[in-house]
Amino acid sequence: MPKETPDEILTILARDARTSCETIAKMTGRTVEDVEKAVRDYEQRGVIKTYFTVIDWEKTGCEKVVAFIDVKVTPARDVGFDAVACRIARFAQVQSVWLVSGGSDLRVVVEAPNLRELASFVSEKLATIDGVTGTTSHFLLKRYKEDGALFFDSEQDQRLVVSP
Amino acid sequence: MSQSVSLKPLSKTALEVPFSGIRRFFDIAASMQDVVSLGVGEPDFATPWSVREAAIYSLERGQTTYTSNYGLLELRREIARYLNKRYSVEYNPDSEILVTVGVSEGLDLAMRVLLNPGDEVLVPEPCYVSYKPCVALAGGVPVSVETRSDAKFAVTADQLKAACTAKTKAVLLGYPSNPTGAVLSRERIVEIIAFARDRGLYVISDEIYDRLTYDGIHTCVASVPGARDITILLNGFSKAHAMTGWRIGYACAPEHILKMMMKLHSYTMLCAPITGQVAALEALKHAENEVENMVAHYKQRRRLIVDGLNKLGLTCHMPLGAFYAFPSIESTGLTAEQFAERLLMEERVAVVPGTAFGAGGNGHVRCSYATSVERIEVALARMKKFMDKLS
Repeated sequence: MPKETPDEILTILARDARTSCETIAKMTGRTVEDVEKAVRDYEQRGVIKTYFTVIDWEKTGCEKVVAFIDVKVTPARDVGFDAVACRIARFAQVQSVWLVSGGSDLRVVVEAPNLRELASFVSEKLATIDGVTGTTSHFLLKRYKEDGALFFDSEQDQRLVVSP
Repeated sequence: MSQSVSLKPLSKTALEVPFSGIRRFFDIAASMQDVVSLGVGEPDFATPWSVREAAIYSLERGQTTYTSNYGLLELRREIARYLNKRYSVEYNPDSEILVTVGVSEGLDLAMRVLLNPGDEVLVPEPCYVSYKPCVALAGGVPVSVETRSDAKFAVTADQLKAACTAKTKAVLLGYPSNPTGAVLSRERIVEIIAFARDRGLYVISDEIYDRLTYDGIHTCVASVPGARDITILLNGFSKAHAMTGWRIGYACAPEHILKMMMKLHSYTMLCAPITGQVAALEALKHAENEVENMVAHYKQRRRLIVDGLNKLGLTCHMPLGAFYAFPSIESTGLTAEQFAERLLMEERVAVVPGTAFGAGGNGHVRCSYATSVERIEVALARMKKFMDKLS
């Protein structure tokens, strides 16, 4: 089966969520109303989940502590891993939850203002959920790339100003 | 103390070939700050990382030697496979493909193996700046065939016929076109090939922008019935793979022509740089997704810039290929040179006057959309200020 070609509106917004409907309309050859309606529809259907910004917090001096936590779970009848995963996902400290293959079942990204709070979240909240049989925490030490954005000096445009 | 020497003059041919009209603009623009440039004839993307990484790895392994004059056999095989798969045209990688230092060298070689002094080459214009100089440097006489904006700058067989004389030796096609973005339809190519065969002419086809077409797939000139045995096909990696600085192109032609090109190449260039060839091989094998992604970007920017230019009263047809819009600036009452110079000095936007690309270019400027959406929007806003001042 041929794979579906993604709507250009989505690929443009995935690249830069600030692109206005007017610009998208020009870029795709559609009317502004058409683009606005499509975006609204994507938002309502939950295709577009949210719009956010990738920030290098370290550069602002207010870095947070981030940990990637591998969680082992005993799956429950009927709901498998979903019940535990949804329970974990609802905590505000939790940025992402994925079911993954390999040695553990869930991979959880947790963010906290400091190490103490993060440790207490893991030991008091996460590890104590029914069905969770073990956790392994990996602390983030340095970011190189996140959500498609490089965290080291990216390449500058070095082209001549005018060329044939 | 050395005595003054009265040296004999330099080569007449070299002295007579004019400097490119782009040069003057480059000199001015390069000395200014905060210029938004729509004057760049190369992709704004860096070469895909997998390609760069393959080249770095080859250096680490000490792959720093000459290659065969023809180029790495593995690369030629991959080029043959690509042309066959994409355009159903067959070239023997052993004897019909030559890896060159960009299309520029391929073009130079083609002219030098085809032309005797005084032979004429039909050159549809506006066209890439080096076409006519390359013909002249090989001793030939370039004959301009002016194409018009109302025909979307696509040359016809009838126009070529009208310019053809007993001295005509070849037709030089460059589609998709830098600077107009024009493409030739398959039917048009069939007519041109019929004309060329009828008159016993060679066809040189520069298809460096083949991947950058936005409404339908490019027709490779050599793929048209009857074309292959009279055509020198030139292509390379600069545009689609964002590899301008690597200087890797290739020429494909029947063996008896290609052998002569390889002979000249072996004396003047020896071979294309090996690191670039390794990178090109990786590009053909593994960078297809990246190419498609870049093409999608250009397609979106193309609509944005054409829409913006038309709204400013700079009428512009939707270019079908390459990454240039070629709007008319006649409504301003300025010449292309004046328009480009004033726009640069007053609003710091660089465009290239159409006159740099030969006949038919006057009254137009070339605007490259190989730049980010944000930069295009800034350029359009500045151009609006400029147009408001003029009116």
